[in-house]
Amino acid sequence: MEGFLEFFMANRGIIYMVILSIFLGIEVISHVPAILHTPLMSGANAIHGVVIIGAIIVMGHAETTGAMILGFLAVVLGTLNVVGGFVVTDRMLEMFKKKK
Amino acid sequence: MNDVFQFSAGISVLEITYIVASVFFILGLKMLSHPLTARRGNIIAAIGMILAIAATILFHQKDGAPIGNIGWIIGAMIIGTAIGWIIAVKVKMTAMPQLVSFFNGMGGAAAALISMMEFPHISSELIARTGMANGHVLAILLGLVIGSVSWAGSMIAFGKLDGWIGDLRVKAMKYVNVTILVVIIAFIVYIMTRDVQASSELTPLILILFAVAVAYGVLFVMPIGGADMPVVISLLNSFTGVAAAMGGFLYNNQAMLTGGILVGSAGTILTILMCRAMNRSLLNVIVGVFGGGGAAAATEGGTVKEITVSDAAVLLSYSKKVVIVPGYGLAVAQAQHICHELDKLLDEKGVEVRYAIHPVAGRMPGHMNVLMAEADVPYEQLVESDEVNPDLPNTDVIVVIGANDVVNPAAEDDPSSPIYGMPIVKARDAKNIIVMKRGMGKGYAAIANMLFYNDKTRMLFGDAKSTLQALVTEVKAL
Repeated sequence: MEGFLEFFMANRGIIYMVILSIFLGIEVISHVPAILHTPLMSGANAIHGVVIIGAIIVMGHAETTGAMILGFLAVVLGTLNVVGGFVVTDRMLEMFKKKK
Repeated sequence: MNDVFQFSAGISVLEITYIVASVFFILGLKMLSHPLTARRGNIIAAIGMILAIAATILFHQKDGAPIGNIGWIIGAMIIGTAIGWIIAVKVKMTAMPQLVSFFNGMGGAAAALISMMEFPHISSELIARTGMANGHVLAILLGLVIGSVSWAGSMIAFGKLDGWIGDLRVKAMKYVNVTILVVIIAFIVYIMTRDVQASSELTPLILILFAVAVAYGVLFVMPIGGADMPVVISLLNSFTGVAAAMGGFLYNNQAMLTGGILVGSAGTILTILMCRAMNRSLLNVIVGVFGGGGAAAATEGGTVKEITVSDAAVLLSYSKKVVIVPGYGLAVAQAQHICHELDKLLDEKGVEVRYAIHPVAGRMPGHMNVLMAEADVPYEQLVESDEVNPDLPNTDVIVVIGANDVVNPAAEDDPSSPIYGMPIVKARDAKNIIVMKRGMGKGYAAIANMLFYNDKTRMLFGDAKSTLQALVTEVKAL
Protein backbone atom coordinates (compact mmCIF):
# COMPACT_ATOMS: atom_id res chain seq x y z
CA MET A 1 0.00 0.00 0.00
CA GLU A 2 2.78 2.34 0.97
CA GLY A 3 4.37 1.76 -2.42
CA PHE A 4 1.28 3.11 -4.14
CA LEU A 5 0.91 6.09 -1.86
CA GLU A 6 4.52 6.98 -2.43
CA PHE A 7 4.05 6.58 -6.16
CA PHE A 8 1.01 8.82 -5.99
CA MET A 9 2.84 11.52 -4.09
CA ALA A 10 5.84 11.42 -6.37
CA ASN A 11 3.66 11.64 -9.44
CA ARG A 12 0.73 13.72 -8.30
CA GLY A 13 1.41 16.43 -10.88
CA ILE A 14 1.37 13.78 -13.59
CA ILE A 15 -1.79 12.23 -12.22
CA TYR A 16 -3.54 15.60 -12.47
CA MET A 17 -2.29 15.85 -16.02
CA VAL A 18 -3.56 12.39 -16.87
CA ILE A 19 -7.02 13.15 -15.52
CA LEU A 20 -7.19 16.44 -17.43
CA SER A 21 -5.89 14.72 -20.58
CA ILE A 22 -8.68 12.16 -20.34
CA PHE A 23 -11.29 14.90 -20.36
CA LEU A 24 -9.43 16.73 -23.09
CA GLY A 25 -9.38 13.64 -25.30
CA ILE A 26 -13.11 13.17 -24.84
CA GLU A 27 -13.80 16.85 -25.55
CA VAL A 28 -11.65 16.97 -28.66
CA ILE A 29 -13.27 13.91 -30.22
CA SER A 30 -16.90 14.22 -29.28
CA HIS A 31 -17.93 16.50 -32.15
CA VAL A 32 -16.34 14.60 -34.96
CA PRO A 33 -18.55 13.89 -37.99
CA ALA A 34 -18.92 10.21 -38.94
CA ILE A 35 -17.14 10.89 -42.22
CA LEU A 36 -13.90 11.45 -40.34
CA HIS A 37 -14.13 8.44 -38.02
CA THR A 38 -11.70 6.31 -39.99
CA PRO A 39 -9.03 8.97 -40.58
CA LEU A 40 -9.34 10.08 -36.98
CA MET A 41 -8.88 6.55 -35.70
CA SER A 42 -5.88 6.21 -37.97
CA GLY A 43 -4.42 9.54 -36.86
CA ALA A 44 -4.88 8.63 -33.20
CA ASN A 45 -3.22 5.32 -34.02
CA ALA A 46 -0.18 7.20 -35.30
CA ILE A 47 -0.06 9.40 -32.20
CA HIS A 48 0.17 6.49 -29.79
CA GLY A 49 3.26 5.56 -31.76
CA VAL A 50 4.84 7.98 -29.28
CA VAL A 51 5.67 4.75 -27.47
CA ILE A 52 8.75 4.82 -29.73
CA ILE A 53 10.27 7.32 -27.30
CA GLY A 54 10.23 4.63 -24.64
CA ALA A 55 11.79 2.23 -27.12
CA ILE A 56 14.58 4.73 -27.88
CA ILE A 57 15.22 5.21 -24.17
CA VAL A 58 15.56 1.47 -23.43
CA MET A 59 17.61 0.95 -26.54
CA GLY A 60 19.81 3.91 -25.63
CA HIS A 61 20.70 2.35 -22.30
CA ALA A 62 20.74 -1.29 -23.33
CA GLU A 63 23.90 -3.12 -22.29
CA THR A 64 23.41 -6.82 -22.92
CA THR A 65 23.03 -8.36 -26.38
CA GLY A 66 19.58 -9.63 -25.46
CA ALA A 67 18.45 -6.16 -24.48
CA MET A 68 19.98 -4.76 -27.67
CA ILE A 69 18.01 -7.19 -29.82
CA LEU A 70 14.72 -6.54 -28.03
CA GLY A 71 15.36 -2.79 -28.03
CA PHE A 72 16.17 -2.79 -31.72
CA LEU A 73 12.96 -4.68 -32.39
CA ALA A 74 10.98 -2.24 -30.22
CA VAL A 75 12.37 0.76 -32.11
CA VAL A 76 11.59 -0.85 -35.49
CA LEU A 77 8.02 -1.66 -34.41
CA GLY A 78 7.50 1.78 -32.90
CA THR A 79 8.74 3.46 -36.09
CA LEU A 80 6.41 1.26 -38.14
CA ASN A 81 3.53 2.47 -35.99
CA VAL A 82 4.48 6.15 -36.33
CA VAL A 83 5.42 6.28 -40.00
CA GLY A 84 2.77 3.87 -41.24
CA GLY A 85 0.12 5.59 -39.14
CA PHE A 86 0.80 9.11 -40.36
CA VAL A 87 1.32 8.15 -44.00
CA VAL A 88 -1.88 6.09 -44.14
CA THR A 89 -3.86 8.90 -42.52
CA ASP A 90 -2.47 11.39 -45.00
CA ARG A 91 -3.40 9.08 -47.85
CA MET A 92 -6.95 8.84 -46.62
CA LEU A 93 -7.29 12.58 -46.12
CA GLU A 94 -5.73 13.41 -49.45
CA MET A 95 -8.86 12.01 -51.06
CA PHE A 96 -11.13 14.26 -49.08
CA LYS A 97 -9.40 17.35 -50.39
CA LYS A 98 -10.35 16.73 -53.97
CA LYS A 99 -14.03 17.40 -53.53
CA LYS A 100 -15.43 20.15 -55.70
CA MET B 1 11.71 7.91 -10.91
CA ASN B 2 12.29 10.18 -7.97
CA ASP B 3 15.37 11.74 -9.46
CA VAL B 4 16.65 14.73 -7.58
CA PHE B 5 16.07 17.73 -9.76
CA GLN B 6 19.22 18.91 -11.39
CA PHE B 7 19.27 21.70 -13.88
CA SER B 8 20.90 21.05 -17.20
CA ALA B 9 20.34 22.91 -20.44
CA GLY B 10 19.81 19.71 -22.45
CA ILE B 11 17.14 18.37 -20.12
CA SER B 12 15.32 21.72 -20.19
CA VAL B 13 15.33 21.74 -23.98
CA LEU B 14 14.01 18.18 -23.89
CA GLU B 15 11.18 19.06 -21.52
CA ILE B 16 10.25 22.16 -23.52
CA THR B 17 10.20 20.10 -26.70
CA TYR B 18 7.90 17.60 -24.99
CA ILE B 19 5.51 20.39 -24.07
CA VAL B 20 5.53 21.63 -27.66
CA ALA B 21 5.02 18.08 -28.92
CA SER B 22 2.07 17.57 -26.55
CA VAL B 23 0.47 20.78 -27.79
CA PHE B 24 0.99 19.60 -31.36
CA PHE B 25 -0.68 16.27 -30.57
CA ILE B 26 -3.69 18.00 -29.05
CA LEU B 27 -3.96 20.50 -31.90
CA GLY B 28 -3.49 17.70 -34.42
CA LEU B 29 -6.29 15.62 -32.94
CA LYS B 30 -8.54 18.65 -32.75
CA MET B 31 -7.90 19.55 -36.39
CA LEU B 32 -8.34 15.93 -37.43
CA SER B 33 -11.93 16.12 -36.33
CA HIS B 34 -12.88 18.83 -38.85
CA PRO B 35 -13.02 18.02 -42.57
CA LEU B 36 -11.29 21.20 -43.70
CA THR B 37 -8.35 21.05 -41.32
CA ALA B 38 -7.96 17.29 -41.03
CA ARG B 39 -4.99 16.88 -43.31
CA ARG B 40 -3.06 19.73 -41.75
CA GLY B 41 -3.89 18.31 -38.33
CA ASN B 42 -2.30 15.02 -39.26
CA ILE B 43 0.85 16.78 -40.42
CA ILE B 44 1.01 18.88 -37.26
CA ALA B 45 0.76 15.75 -35.11
CA ALA B 46 3.52 14.19 -37.22
CA ILE B 47 5.76 17.23 -36.70
CA GLY B 48 5.15 16.97 -32.97
CA MET B 49 6.24 13.35 -33.14
CA ILE B 50 9.43 14.14 -35.08
CA LEU B 51 10.32 16.87 -32.56
CA ALA B 52 9.76 14.54 -29.62
CA ILE B 53 11.84 11.76 -31.19
CA ALA B 54 14.72 14.03 -32.19
CA ALA B 55 14.84 15.72 -28.79
CA THR B 56 14.84 12.35 -27.04
CA ILE B 57 17.80 11.10 -29.06
CA LEU B 58 19.75 14.33 -28.60
CA PHE B 59 19.01 15.31 -25.03
CA HIS B 60 17.64 12.41 -23.04
CA GLN B 61 19.70 11.41 -20.03
CA LYS B 62 19.35 8.60 -17.56
CA ASP B 63 21.40 9.03 -14.41
CA GLY B 64 23.56 11.50 -16.30
CA ALA B 65 24.25 9.12 -19.17
CA PRO B 66 23.10 10.26 -22.63
CA ILE B 67 21.41 7.97 -25.14
CA GLY B 68 23.88 5.40 -26.45
CA ASN B 69 23.72 2.93 -29.33
CA ILE B 70 22.70 5.82 -31.56
CA GLY B 71 23.85 4.05 -34.70
CA TRP B 72 21.59 1.10 -33.93
CA ILE B 73 18.68 3.35 -33.04
CA ILE B 74 18.94 5.29 -36.30
CA GLY B 75 19.35 2.03 -38.19
CA ALA B 76 16.20 0.60 -36.61
CA MET B 77 14.32 3.79 -37.42
CA ILE B 78 15.43 3.69 -41.03
CA ILE B 79 14.25 0.10 -41.35
CA GLY B 80 10.94 0.91 -39.66
CA THR B 81 10.42 3.99 -41.81
CA ALA B 82 11.16 2.15 -45.04
CA ILE B 83 8.86 -0.77 -44.27
CA GLY B 84 6.10 1.42 -42.82
CA TRP B 85 6.20 3.85 -45.72
CA ILE B 86 6.16 1.17 -48.39
CA ILE B 87 3.29 -0.74 -46.79
CA ALA B 88 1.30 2.46 -46.21
CA VAL B 89 1.69 3.68 -49.78
CA LYS B 90 1.28 0.37 -51.57
CA VAL B 91 -1.76 -1.05 -49.86
CA LYS B 92 -5.11 -0.65 -51.59
CA MET B 93 -7.71 1.68 -50.09
CA THR B 94 -10.02 -1.25 -49.39
CA ALA B 95 -7.41 -2.82 -47.15
CA MET B 96 -7.15 0.32 -44.98
CA PRO B 97 -8.92 -1.14 -41.93
CA GLN B 98 -6.52 -4.10 -41.76
CA LEU B 99 -3.62 -1.72 -42.12
CA VAL B 100 -4.67 0.49 -39.22
CA SER B 101 -5.09 -2.65 -37.16
CA PHE B 102 -1.62 -3.85 -38.19
CA PHE B 103 0.15 -0.60 -37.30
CA ASN B 104 -1.77 -0.49 -34.05
CA GLY B 105 -0.47 -3.95 -33.22
CA MET B 106 3.11 -2.78 -33.84
CA GLY B 107 2.68 -0.03 -31.26
CA GLY B 108 1.24 -2.50 -28.76
CA ALA B 109 4.16 -4.87 -29.31
CA ALA B 110 6.66 -2.05 -28.79
CA ALA B 111 4.98 -1.15 -25.50
CA ALA B 112 5.06 -4.78 -24.36
CA LEU B 113 8.74 -5.11 -25.28
CA ILE B 114 9.62 -1.98 -23.30
CA SER B 115 7.93 -3.35 -20.19
CA MET B 116 9.61 -6.69 -20.64
CA MET B 117 13.02 -5.05 -20.81
CA GLU B 118 12.42 -2.66 -17.94
CA PHE B 119 11.10 -5.26 -15.54
CA PRO B 120 14.46 -6.83 -14.58
CA HIS B 121 15.90 -3.37 -13.97
CA ILE B 122 13.55 -2.08 -11.32
CA SER B 123 15.70 -0.34 -8.75
CA SER B 124 16.56 -2.68 -5.89
CA GLU B 125 16.47 0.26 -3.55
CA LEU B 126 12.80 0.82 -4.38
CA ILE B 127 12.07 -2.87 -3.87
CA ALA B 128 13.90 -2.88 -0.54
CA ARG B 129 11.75 0.02 0.62
CA THR B 130 8.29 -0.94 -0.58
CA GLY B 131 8.53 -4.50 -1.86
CA MET B 132 7.14 -5.28 -5.29
CA ALA B 133 3.84 -3.57 -4.52
CA ASN B 134 4.48 -0.12 -5.92
CA GLY B 135 3.29 2.08 -8.74
CA HIS B 136 6.40 1.55 -10.81
CA VAL B 137 5.90 -2.22 -10.95
CA LEU B 138 2.21 -1.78 -11.65
CA ALA B 139 2.95 0.54 -14.58
CA ILE B 140 5.36 -2.01 -16.04
CA LEU B 141 2.97 -4.93 -15.61
CA LEU B 142 -0.01 -3.03 -17.02
CA GLY B 143 2.09 -1.82 -19.95
CA LEU B 144 3.07 -5.41 -20.63
CA VAL B 145 -0.43 -6.85 -20.36
CA ILE B 146 -2.24 -4.10 -22.27
CA GLY B 147 0.45 -3.91 -24.95
CA SER B 148 0.44 -7.67 -25.46
CA VAL B 149 -3.35 -7.89 -25.61
CA SER B 150 -3.38 -5.03 -28.08
CA TRP B 151 -0.69 -6.65 -30.23
CA ALA B 152 -2.23 -10.12 -30.30
CA GLY B 153 -5.76 -8.77 -30.73
CA SER B 154 -4.75 -6.43 -33.54
CA MET B 155 -2.98 -9.21 -35.39
CA ILE B 156 -6.07 -11.41 -35.16
CA ALA B 157 -8.27 -8.49 -36.28
CA PHE B 158 -5.85 -7.92 -39.14
CA GLY B 159 -6.04 -11.58 -40.14
CA LYS B 160 -9.82 -11.67 -39.91
CA LEU B 161 -10.31 -8.54 -41.98
CA ASP B 162 -7.83 -9.84 -44.50
CA GLY B 163 -9.83 -13.02 -44.68
CA TRP B 164 -7.30 -15.60 -43.59
CA ILE B 165 -8.67 -16.11 -40.10
CA GLY B 166 -12.28 -17.10 -39.66
CA ASP B 167 -14.65 -16.50 -36.79
CA LEU B 168 -14.58 -18.84 -33.89
CA ARG B 169 -17.95 -18.79 -32.23
CA VAL B 170 -18.28 -21.04 -29.27
CA LYS B 171 -20.74 -20.29 -26.51
CA ALA B 172 -18.27 -21.18 -23.79
CA MET B 173 -15.83 -18.60 -25.12
CA LYS B 174 -17.04 -15.80 -22.91
CA TYR B 175 -16.49 -17.87 -19.76
CA VAL B 176 -13.03 -18.80 -20.99
CA ASN B 177 -12.23 -15.14 -21.62
CA VAL B 178 -13.51 -13.94 -18.28
CA THR B 179 -11.49 -16.70 -16.61
CA ILE B 180 -8.31 -15.64 -18.39
CA LEU B 181 -8.93 -12.05 -17.39
CA VAL B 182 -9.27 -13.10 -13.76
CA VAL B 183 -6.08 -15.16 -14.10
CA ILE B 184 -4.22 -12.12 -15.44
CA ILE B 185 -5.34 -9.94 -12.55
CA ALA B 186 -4.48 -12.65 -10.03
CA PHE B 187 -1.09 -13.03 -11.66
CA ILE B 188 -0.37 -9.32 -11.36
CA VAL B 189 -1.33 -9.42 -7.69
CA TYR B 190 0.83 -12.53 -7.22
CA ILE B 191 3.89 -10.87 -8.78
CA MET B 192 3.40 -7.73 -6.75
CA THR B 193 3.20 -9.57 -3.46
CA ARG B 194 6.39 -11.63 -3.95
CA ASP B 195 9.14 -10.99 -1.46
CA VAL B 196 12.35 -10.63 -3.45
CA GLN B 197 15.59 -8.69 -3.45
CA ALA B 198 15.68 -8.01 -7.17
CA SER B 199 12.91 -8.02 -9.73
CA SER B 200 15.03 -10.07 -12.13
CA GLU B 201 14.31 -13.11 -9.94
CA LEU B 202 10.75 -12.95 -11.24
CA THR B 203 11.60 -12.86 -14.94
CA PRO B 204 10.07 -16.30 -15.69
CA LEU B 205 6.77 -15.09 -14.23
CA ILE B 206 6.84 -12.10 -16.55
CA LEU B 207 7.20 -14.37 -19.54
CA ILE B 208 4.22 -16.43 -18.39
CA LEU B 209 2.21 -13.24 -17.88
CA PHE B 210 3.13 -12.18 -21.42
CA ALA B 211 1.99 -15.55 -22.81
CA VAL B 212 -1.32 -15.40 -20.94
CA ALA B 213 -1.93 -11.82 -22.14
CA VAL B 214 -1.25 -12.85 -25.74
CA ALA B 215 -3.67 -15.76 -25.36
CA TYR B 216 -6.26 -13.36 -24.01
CA GLY B 217 -5.77 -10.98 -26.94
CA VAL B 218 -6.27 -13.83 -29.40
CA LEU B 219 -9.30 -15.32 -27.68
CA PHE B 220 -10.84 -11.89 -27.07
CA VAL B 221 -10.97 -11.03 -30.76
CA MET B 222 -11.54 -14.53 -32.18
CA PRO B 223 -15.31 -14.75 -31.56
CA ILE B 224 -16.04 -11.18 -32.57
CA GLY B 225 -17.37 -10.77 -36.04
CA GLY B 226 -19.93 -8.94 -38.06
CA ALA B 227 -20.44 -5.27 -37.57
CA ASP B 228 -18.47 -5.44 -34.33
CA MET B 229 -15.08 -5.55 -36.01
CA PRO B 230 -14.66 -1.75 -36.27
CA VAL B 231 -15.49 -1.40 -32.60
CA VAL B 232 -12.76 -3.86 -31.70
CA ILE B 233 -10.12 -2.06 -33.75
CA SER B 234 -11.05 1.23 -32.14
CA LEU B 235 -10.94 -0.37 -28.70
CA LEU B 236 -7.54 -1.94 -29.33
CA ASN B 237 -6.37 1.44 -30.58
CA SER B 238 -7.22 3.02 -27.26
CA PHE B 239 -5.58 0.06 -25.46
CA THR B 240 -2.30 0.82 -27.19
CA GLY B 241 -2.70 4.45 -26.16
CA VAL B 242 -2.99 3.38 -22.52
CA ALA B 243 0.00 1.03 -22.89
CA ALA B 244 2.07 3.93 -24.25
CA ALA B 245 0.96 6.09 -21.30
CA MET B 246 2.20 3.38 -18.91
CA GLY B 247 5.60 3.86 -20.52
CA GLY B 248 5.16 7.56 -19.79
CA PHE B 249 4.74 6.80 -16.08
CA LEU B 250 7.78 4.57 -16.20
CA TYR B 251 10.10 7.20 -17.64
CA ASN B 252 8.31 10.20 -16.21
CA ASN B 253 7.95 11.19 -19.83
CA GLN B 254 5.32 13.84 -20.52
CA ALA B 255 5.16 13.38 -24.28
CA MET B 256 4.39 9.68 -23.92
CA LEU B 257 1.84 10.41 -21.23
CA THR B 258 -0.12 13.07 -23.08
CA GLY B 259 0.05 11.23 -26.40
CA GLY B 260 -0.95 7.91 -24.85
CA ILE B 261 -3.70 9.20 -22.60
CA LEU B 262 -5.20 11.39 -25.34
CA VAL B 263 -5.45 8.41 -27.66
CA GLY B 264 -6.68 6.23 -24.83
CA SER B 265 -9.57 8.53 -23.96
CA ALA B 266 -10.35 9.69 -27.49
CA GLY B 267 -10.24 6.09 -28.69
CA THR B 268 -12.61 5.00 -25.94
CA ILE B 269 -15.07 7.74 -26.84
CA LEU B 270 -14.85 6.82 -30.51
CA THR B 271 -15.51 3.21 -29.55
CA ILE B 272 -18.56 4.21 -27.55
CA LEU B 273 -19.85 6.41 -30.40
CA MET B 274 -19.54 3.41 -32.69
CA CYS B 275 -21.34 1.11 -30.27
CA ARG B 276 -24.10 3.67 -30.04
CA ALA B 277 -24.41 3.68 -33.83
CA MET B 278 -25.19 -0.01 -33.58
CA ASN B 279 -27.35 0.28 -30.51
CA ARG B 280 -25.19 -2.12 -28.55
CA SER B 281 -23.33 -1.66 -25.31
CA LEU B 282 -19.58 -1.94 -25.17
CA LEU B 283 -19.81 -4.73 -22.62
CA ASN B 284 -22.07 -6.63 -24.97
CA VAL B 285 -19.45 -6.38 -27.69
CA ILE B 286 -16.58 -7.46 -25.45
CA VAL B 287 -18.21 -10.27 -23.52
CA GLY B 288 -21.07 -11.26 -25.74
CA VAL B 289 -20.56 -13.58 -28.65
CA PHE B 290 -22.20 -11.78 -31.52
CA GLY B 291 -25.60 -13.19 -32.29
CA GLY B 292 -25.17 -16.14 -29.96
CA GLY B 293 -23.74 -18.18 -32.79
CA GLY B 294 -26.34 -17.03 -35.28
CA ALA B 295 -28.97 -19.37 -33.83
CA ALA B 296 -31.69 -16.78 -34.11
CA ALA B 297 -31.86 -16.76 -37.87
CA ALA B 298 -35.21 -15.66 -39.19
CA THR B 299 -37.08 -18.19 -41.26
CA GLU B 300 -36.20 -17.69 -44.85
CA GLY B 301 -39.21 -17.66 -47.04
CA GLY B 302 -40.66 -16.56 -50.31
CA THR B 303 -38.98 -16.49 -53.63
CA VAL B 304 -36.18 -14.35 -54.86
CA LYS B 305 -36.82 -12.40 -58.04
CA GLU B 306 -33.99 -11.53 -60.36
CA ILE B 307 -33.64 -8.62 -62.72
CA THR B 308 -31.56 -8.41 -65.88
CA VAL B 309 -28.91 -5.75 -66.31
CA SER B 310 -30.80 -4.07 -69.14
CA ASP B 311 -34.02 -3.92 -67.14
CA ALA B 312 -32.14 -2.45 -64.25
CA ALA B 313 -30.58 0.15 -66.56
CA VAL B 314 -33.99 1.18 -67.84
CA LEU B 315 -35.45 1.33 -64.34
CA LEU B 316 -32.60 3.55 -63.14
CA SER B 317 -32.53 5.84 -66.18
CA TYR B 318 -36.21 6.68 -65.91
CA SER B 319 -36.24 7.33 -62.19
CA LYS B 320 -36.23 10.70 -60.54
CA LYS B 321 -34.59 9.82 -57.29
CA VAL B 322 -32.07 7.07 -56.78
CA VAL B 323 -30.26 6.16 -53.57
CA ILE B 324 -27.21 3.90 -53.59
CA VAL B 325 -26.28 1.97 -50.46
CA PRO B 326 -22.64 0.92 -50.71
CA GLY B 327 -21.31 -1.88 -48.54
CA TYR B 328 -18.29 -4.06 -48.09
CA GLY B 329 -19.01 -5.95 -51.33
CA LEU B 330 -18.41 -2.74 -53.24
CA ALA B 331 -15.10 -2.22 -51.44
CA VAL B 332 -13.92 -5.76 -52.05
CA ALA B 333 -14.75 -5.57 -55.75
CA GLN B 334 -12.91 -2.20 -55.98
CA ALA B 335 -16.03 -0.93 -57.70
CA GLN B 336 -16.14 2.58 -56.24
CA HIS B 337 -14.88 4.30 -59.41
CA ILE B 338 -17.24 2.53 -61.76
CA CYS B 339 -20.05 3.18 -59.29
CA HIS B 340 -19.31 6.90 -59.45
CA GLU B 341 -19.29 6.66 -63.24
CA LEU B 342 -22.79 5.20 -63.09
CA ASP B 343 -24.03 7.99 -60.86
CA LYS B 344 -22.55 10.65 -63.15
CA LEU B 345 -24.27 9.06 -66.16
CA LEU B 346 -27.57 9.00 -64.32
CA ASP B 347 -27.03 12.58 -63.21
CA GLU B 348 -26.65 13.63 -66.85
CA LYS B 349 -30.01 12.04 -67.50
CA GLY B 350 -31.54 14.19 -64.78
CA VAL B 351 -31.70 11.53 -62.10
CA GLU B 352 -30.93 12.70 -58.59
CA VAL B 353 -28.43 10.21 -57.15
CA ARG B 354 -27.36 10.11 -53.53
CA TYR B 355 -25.37 7.67 -51.45
CA ALA B 356 -26.77 6.46 -48.17
CA ILE B 357 -23.77 6.01 -45.90
CA HIS B 358 -24.39 3.77 -42.94
CA PRO B 359 -21.90 4.57 -40.17
CA VAL B 360 -20.81 0.97 -39.78
CA ALA B 361 -21.12 -0.23 -43.36
CA GLY B 362 -17.90 -1.89 -44.40
CA ARG B 363 -15.36 -2.90 -41.85
CA MET B 364 -14.65 0.42 -40.16
CA PRO B 365 -16.62 3.47 -39.12
CA GLY B 366 -16.71 5.84 -42.05
CA HIS B 367 -15.18 3.17 -44.30
CA MET B 368 -17.68 3.98 -47.06
CA ASN B 369 -16.97 7.70 -46.80
CA VAL B 370 -13.31 7.07 -47.43
CA LEU B 371 -14.06 4.71 -50.27
CA MET B 372 -16.48 7.00 -52.07
CA ALA B 373 -14.22 9.99 -51.50
CA GLU B 374 -11.45 8.05 -53.21
CA ALA B 375 -13.69 7.81 -56.26
CA ASP B 376 -14.19 11.61 -56.16
CA VAL B 377 -17.86 11.40 -55.25
CA PRO B 378 -18.72 14.93 -54.04
CA TYR B 379 -19.17 15.31 -50.33
CA GLU B 380 -22.76 16.60 -50.70
CA GLN B 381 -23.85 13.38 -52.32
CA LEU B 382 -22.89 11.31 -49.28
CA VAL B 383 -25.83 11.32 -46.89
CA GLU B 384 -26.01 9.62 -43.52
CA SER B 385 -28.66 6.96 -43.09
CA ASP B 386 -30.74 8.91 -40.54
CA GLU B 387 -31.00 11.73 -43.02
CA VAL B 388 -31.94 9.62 -46.00
CA ASN B 389 -34.51 7.39 -44.28
CA PRO B 390 -37.42 9.88 -44.14
CA ASP B 391 -37.04 10.53 -47.85
CA LEU B 392 -36.97 6.88 -48.90
CA PRO B 393 -40.73 6.52 -49.55
CA ASN B 394 -40.27 9.18 -52.28
CA THR B 395 -37.26 7.40 -53.70
CA ASP B 396 -37.86 5.53 -56.93
CA VAL B 397 -35.02 3.05 -56.72
CA ILE B 398 -32.66 2.12 -53.95
CA VAL B 399 -29.62 0.20 -55.12
CA VAL B 400 -27.93 -1.91 -52.48
CA ILE B 401 -24.42 -2.76 -53.60
CA GLY B 402 -22.67 -5.38 -51.52
CA ALA B 403 -24.31 -4.26 -48.30
CA ASN B 404 -26.37 -6.65 -46.23
CA ASP B 405 -26.71 -6.26 -42.47
CA VAL B 406 -27.11 -2.49 -42.67
CA VAL B 407 -30.31 -2.85 -44.71
CA ASN B 408 -31.68 -5.90 -42.92
CA PRO B 409 -35.25 -5.20 -41.75
CA ALA B 410 -34.78 -7.79 -38.99
CA ALA B 411 -33.17 -4.95 -37.05
CA GLU B 412 -36.67 -3.45 -36.80
CA ASP B 413 -38.96 -6.48 -36.89
CA ASP B 414 -37.36 -9.38 -35.17
CA PRO B 415 -36.59 -8.94 -31.46
CA SER B 416 -34.77 -12.30 -31.48
CA SER B 417 -32.36 -11.14 -34.15
CA PRO B 418 -28.83 -10.35 -33.00
CA ILE B 419 -28.93 -7.05 -34.83
CA TYR B 420 -32.33 -6.05 -33.41
CA GLY B 421 -32.29 -2.37 -32.53
CA MET B 422 -29.40 -1.44 -34.80
CA PRO B 423 -30.28 1.63 -36.88
CA ILE B 424 -30.50 0.64 -40.55
CA VAL B 425 -31.03 2.17 -43.95
CA LYS B 426 -34.75 1.45 -44.38
CA ALA B 427 -34.33 0.17 -47.92
CA ARG B 428 -37.75 -1.51 -47.98
CA ASP B 429 -39.48 1.89 -47.81
CA ALA B 430 -38.27 2.74 -51.31
CA LYS B 431 -40.53 2.13 -54.30
CA ASN B 432 -38.12 -0.31 -55.95
CA ILE B 433 -35.18 -2.14 -54.52
CA ILE B 434 -32.28 -3.54 -56.51
CA VAL B 435 -29.85 -5.67 -54.59
CA MET B 436 -26.46 -6.38 -56.14
CA LYS B 437 -24.86 -9.41 -54.58
CA ARG B 438 -22.51 -12.16 -55.55
CA GLY B 439 -24.90 -14.87 -54.40
CA MET B 440 -27.45 -15.67 -51.73
CA GLY B 441 -24.79 -15.78 -49.03
CA LYS B 442 -25.44 -14.12 -45.73
CA GLY B 443 -23.83 -10.91 -44.52
CA TYR B 444 -20.89 -10.68 -42.18
CA ALA B 445 -23.19 -11.09 -39.20
CA ALA B 446 -24.40 -14.38 -40.72
CA ILE B 447 -28.11 -13.73 -40.46
CA ALA B 448 -30.81 -14.09 -43.08
CA ASN B 449 -32.08 -10.95 -44.75
CA MET B 450 -35.81 -10.80 -45.46
CA LEU B 451 -35.26 -7.78 -47.67
CA PHE B 452 -34.19 -10.11 -50.47
CA TYR B 453 -37.63 -11.78 -50.42
CA ASN B 454 -39.53 -8.50 -50.42
CA ASP B 455 -42.02 -8.07 -53.27
CA LYS B 456 -40.32 -4.86 -54.37
CA THR B 457 -36.86 -6.40 -54.42
CA ARG B 458 -35.06 -7.53 -57.53
CA MET B 459 -31.74 -9.28 -57.25
CA LEU B 460 -28.86 -8.57 -59.59
CA PHE B 461 -26.36 -11.35 -59.02
CA GLY B 462 -22.69 -11.01 -59.84
CA ASP B 463 -19.48 -9.33 -58.85
CA ALA B 464 -20.15 -5.66 -58.06
CA LYS B 465 -17.53 -4.35 -60.45
CA SER B 466 -18.51 -6.32 -63.55
CA THR B 467 -22.22 -5.84 -62.87
CA LEU B 468 -21.77 -2.08 -62.54
CA GLN B 469 -19.63 -2.07 -65.67
CA ALA B 470 -22.42 -3.82 -67.58
CA LEU B 471 -24.94 -1.37 -66.13
CA VAL B 472 -22.86 1.60 -67.24
CA THR B 473 -22.66 0.22 -70.77
CA GLU B 474 -26.40 -0.36 -70.84
CA VAL B 475 -27.24 3.08 -69.46
CA LYS B 476 -24.95 4.69 -72.05
CA ALA B 477 -26.67 2.80 -74.84
CA LEU B 478 -30.12 4.00 -73.82
